[in-house]
Amino acid sequence: MDGATKIWTVSEVNRLIKEVLDQTFYPFRVRGEVSNLTIHRSGHVYFSLKDKRCQISAVFFRAASIARDLKLRNGMEVDVDGRVSVYEVRGTCQILVNRILPLGTGDLQKQFEELKTKLQNEGLFDPARKREIPQFPATVGVITSTQGAAIRDFCQILERRFADMHVRIYPAAVQGENAAREIAAGINFFNQNRNCEVIVLTRGGGSLEDLWPFNEELVARTVAASKIPVISAVGHETDYTISDFVADLRVPTPSAAAELVVQEKSRLRERVVNARDRITRAIRLSMSEWRRRLEKARSARALSEPSSQIRQLQQRIDEAGMKMQYAVEKKVEGNSRQLQSLNGRLQALSPRRVMQRGYSILLDARGKAVTDSRTATLDQELKAVLARGGMQVKVTSKSDNEDIGVHQ
Amino acid sequence: MNQTAKQNKNETNQKFEKSLQRLEEIVAAMEEGELSLEKTLQYYEEGMKLAKFCADKLGDAEKRIEALSGQDEEGTPEWSPLEQPE
Repeated sequence: MDGATKIWTVSEVNRLIKEVLDQTFYPFRVRGEVSNLTIHRSGHVYFSLKDKRCQISAVFFRAASIARDLKLRNGMEVDVDGRVSVYEVRGTCQILVNRILPLGTGDLQKQFEELKTKLQNEGLFDPARKREIPQFPATVGVITSTQGAAIRDFCQILERRFADMHVRIYPAAVQGENAAREIAAGINFFNQNRNCEVIVLTRGGGSLEDLWPFNEELVARTVAASKIPVISAVGHETDYTISDFVADLRVPTPSAAAELVVQEKSRLRERVVNARDRITRAIRLSMSEWRRRLEKARSARALSEPSSQIRQLQQRIDEAGMKMQYAVEKKVEGNSRQLQSLNGRLQALSPRRVMQRGYSILLDARGKAVTDSRTATLDQELKAVLARGGMQVKVTSKSDNEDIGVHQ
Repeated sequence: MNQTAKQNKNETNQKFEKSLQRLEEIVAAMEEGELSLEKTLQYYEEGMKLAKFCADKLGDAEKRIEALSGQDEEGTPEWSPLEQPE
């Protein structure tokens, strides 16, 4: 190595190898014998592919069920579709598998391709031919084995969606030599009796041989001729059969078929329930709103707009008040007039006033007023009280009447 | 299904469609508010009737899972409930 020596890490080396392989190897098919087979708990399948001299590691991700269906075993001769890569951590080569074809399926594969091309050229796969699957089928016709996993999965979904569905099963073999004939008979049965709105063809996963009936020309042509729309749900997600291509709709699994068939009904039911809930809520809200407004109106009225009753009461109170006031005032007034005259009279009667008019009071030695001349004696000394001041006086003469002359 | 049965089915489906549509119109009107008390009550009654009608129609196809068990002399299919393996 010349030039500046870069010192690589192991990780970098492995990464580089991986990149080189990833970029230069296209997917291809390898034939070999299976050994060291492990179907891991994770669902990934690990094995070695070997020929007489060499072996190479292989991994088929998430293929546990496929491996089981194919009955993959050590010693089996298989063709593997995949590409070469590197498991970086170990720096080892491996084939990333995307398909396993047990030997003997080569012929079938060929047949499959030939029929596919033939029917395609006839236009049987045309998208324009495909009909709409009825959204709201009352009855579903299912052609499948009554013992298989497919019908179980199908019914489970119906159960889960609470969709009351009428399901009519036409029992048919789904593999073996009679299967194609029975499947075709089922399609014809439903078409003749017109006793369903949609037909579902379904079976679980298996090998190419297992699935073969669904690749038969008889089945393909019967599906194409069906007046009732057909849904094909055959095998695993990755399996494609001729009936899948001819059918009006292909779904990956039996469960998916059930979901599709009930989905509109579920949706409609949801809409109804939803609507009912909403109007119930709406009316409750309205009612409480109305109640609130009523309360508000009532209390508001009481303040700004007294009812006639209250008004009248108020008025009466007012009037009564006024009357009392008047009465009291009047009384006081009256009283004061009386008082004044009384006062006047009193005043008029007061001794002072009298004395101011010229009268005086004569008092004897005991202080007693003299009112009769016969009680006085000549030369008696009396006290005279005048309007102003007083005098000591002596009686000089007296008479019985008032007529007393000063010069007598 | 014969012609009349088919026609009836179509009619029923249309009626269902219209009813569901009307029901949802009522929902919108009631949720918008600003309705008089009488109108609210009226709509509520109508709405509940429609909802019942639609729910009944949806529940019409009774849940039935059956398998073909044979044909009688006239070729009429005979059905029996599916026996599920436990």
